[in-house]
Amino acid sequence: MKTIIKKIITFIVTVLLVTLFVFIAFELIPGDAATARLGINATPEALMALREEMGLTRPFFIRYFSWLGSFFFGDMGISYSYGVSVRSMLASKLPITLTLTLISFIMVVAISIPIGVFSSKYEDRPGIKIIDVAGQLTMSVPPFFLGIIVTYVFGMLLHLFVPGGFVSYDVDFGKFLSYLFFPAVAIALPKAAMSTKLLKTSILSERKLDYVRTAFSRGNSTMDVMYKHVLKNAIIPVITFLGMTLADIVAGSLVIEQVFSIPGYGRLLISSIANRDYPVVQAIIAIIAMIVIVINLIVDILYQILDPRMREGR
Amino acid sequence: MSKKKIIAFALCAAMTATTALTACSGGKSDASSKIVVGIPQDLEDSLDPHEAVAAGTKEILFNIYEGLLKPDETGELIPAVAKEYSVSDDGLTYSFVLRDGVKFHNGKPVTAEDVKYSIEKSAGMTGGQSLISAFSNIKEVNIKDDTTVDIVLNEADIDFPAYIATTTAAIIPKDNDKPATEPVGTGPYMFVSRSPQENIELKKFNDYWGEPANIENVTLKIIPNADSIVMNLNGGAVDMFARLTSTQTQQLSDNFNVLEGEMNLVQAVYLNHAVEPFDNVDVCRALSYAVDVDNILELTSDGKGFPVGSSMFPAFKKYYVDLSNTYPTDIDKAKELLAEAGYPDGFTFSITVPSNYQPHVEAAQVVSEQLKKIGVNAEIKLVEWNTWLSDVYSGRQFEATLIGVDASSLTATAMLDRFRTDADNNFTNYSNKDYDDLYAKLYTAGSEDERVEIYKELQKNLADNAANIYIQDMAEFVALSDKYDGYVFYPLYVQDFAKLKIKEQ
Repeated sequence: MKTIIKKIITFIVTVLLVTLFVFIAFELIPGDAATARLGINATPEALMALREEMGLTRPFFIRYFSWLGSFFFGDMGISYSYGVSVRSMLASKLPITLTLTLISFIMVVAISIPIGVFSSKYEDRPGIKIIDVAGQLTMSVPPFFLGIIVTYVFGMLLHLFVPGGFVSYDVDFGKFLSYLFFPAVAIALPKAAMSTKLLKTSILSERKLDYVRTAFSRGNSTMDVMYKHVLKNAIIPVITFLGMTLADIVAGSLVIEQVFSIPGYGRLLISSIANRDYPVVQAIIAIIAMIVIVINLIVDILYQILDPRMREGR
Repeated sequence: MSKKKIIAFALCAAMTATTALTACSGGKSDASSKIVVGIPQDLEDSLDPHEAVAAGTKEILFNIYEGLLKPDETGELIPAVAKEYSVSDDGLTYSFVLRDGVKFHNGKPVTAEDVKYSIEKSAGMTGGQSLISAFSNIKEVNIKDDTTVDIVLNEADIDFPAYIATTTAAIIPKDNDKPATEPVGTGPYMFVSRSPQENIELKKFNDYWGEPANIENVTLKIIPNADSIVMNLNGGAVDMFARLTSTQTQQLSDNFNVLEGEMNLVQAVYLNHAVEPFDNVDVCRALSYAVDVDNILELTSDGKGFPVGSSMFPAFKKYYVDLSNTYPTDIDKAKELLAEAGYPDGFTFSITVPSNYQPHVEAAQVVSEQLKKIGVNAEIKLVEWNTWLSDVYSGRQFEATLIGVDASSLTATAMLDRFRTDADNNFTNYSNKDYDDLYAKLYTAGSEDERVEIYKELQKNLADNAANIYIQDMAEFVALSDKYDGYVFYPLYVQDFAKLKIKEQ
């Protein structure tokens, strides 16, 4: 309970700070929603009239706090560019970004844990060195570039998916997942490589500890020692890492959406920044902050289940 | 506990992966009666024709809305919602007779009331701002009878029909209270839905008064990332994309036909005449002599494009005069002029270029290299589009900028008005007494021939004074899947989907 309250406070403070920074940034960069909307047809009178209409002529803090006030009551305002409510724009896209993030996260776990365990177990075999090199290579490739390679290999050469194609979740959920699969691969691979390496190192150092020798001397089998003792301890730093990776994965999905033409929050965020459409930008950033904090909370809970030492009051 | 969890997790992931893989299919877009058209930016704009301003929005709205008149593919104005019109002898009253049987997408017939409402709304007479400055010239709109509407002007304006033919003067139903998000017009296509940053769906309007559209459904897919455009086309997700670069067209597969037209704009290095040294006409001329347009075309677009020498492009036909040879490349002459102007060792200035438009960025790089030959150092400053709008265009805080300027309507004034000393949109601060005097004569010119002469003189004035370093009207490349044909180029910034059709196999 205490943890949840702590997280809620963290969330509120994060949103406050982040949105304030975004507001300040919009004050500093040239142009506003009115210049973006009118483009080269802008006359000074038309600009003034539109600014008046959009409420941009009000002082900075009044604008910020009026936005903040309505946001906490669930009103995200009206998009300057589209003229429709921000909430309706974002609601339909939330499942896209969220699903992409989740699939990527699951992939990181599903790839790194078996490979990490496997490669630490057979550490001395020459084949394992190949895994190490492949991991090193994947780690050094930025997701954006990996996305282009994945599109080229699986899309253009193997025709496993249509590059740029996308089916919305409300049309066909299976197809929707299939179109998110490859983008998720591009996001997950570098993270999975890091996590594999971390797990392997962690297991290897854990195996050198005294309690392992004790366990062996008690006559426990290798499997038993590995899974009941070593892995349980070695996984702790990996879980910590995964928690931190999550924010990266969300950020990565915003970038990868560009490469695969996935209409999630990434594209909306970029175009809204270009249009100075701050109700949309603020809402997206607040939602992303929320996603990161919520999933972090889940990781924390997992953490406490796996490691009794972390539990409160002990 | 922990082990089970991890295994469950892994299993879960494996299952997701396998379902995902098996669900993956080639899914080629089928060529029944639909086409997917890629567009580089979303319609992040009001869909109300009287409020939409972005060129990218208006070119799509062209399919949904029509004015009393509309332009055809040659640039001629043809009757649309009106079947004919007449002008009073004093040139002040335009009398439009409405066409029978024109219906809005909601099924209701167009009435004289709707026309009066639309014109008054777009002229800002019902509150709000008029986007077409010429419309502030409208004195009143009168309904004469059920099928006749008179528009009375304050001052005679020969260009008025051209303004009436823009989407900004479209006829919309009086009873639609949400024109900004739920557009209803009279055009060959109806608006179905818009999903921000994803797509816009259009559907053929079956009760269209004229030649109906050929393809039932048009999906506009937004692809803001230039690197993804070719992938989308070659992969089959998109059937058509307009305004590609020549590099992009070379990467296309054989399944595409590449059509070539003109962009209808004037690409130039626009100089700010209020800052040194561009207040000196010799400097401007020297730069024009130093820049080799053919070389720019060669390096940036395989030699495709139409060199221009003043602020007018060839699609204007009778108004256009070819001045592209005013400054043949001559490095010695350029150096001489620079020395006379007091800059024998050259100088340094910055060219501000909006970074979202690659062809301009590339042209700026070539120009910058060319100017080095006369000792002039041009630094390229890339800025984001909105920064360009506010600093360069509205704020006029720049030295030089390389962009393309297009015409908001098919009138010569749309191109030339901005170089008057007092013009609101004179972002280059061009100030030339001869030009202003000539321009004033337009208002008193008696005949069309006289006006054509004045327009040509104005263009010559800009060329002679090297108002800007003129480059070209850029070549436009359209990729169209070989399953379709019927694409037509307009002398305006529009896309006409109604003429596209599926090829007979």
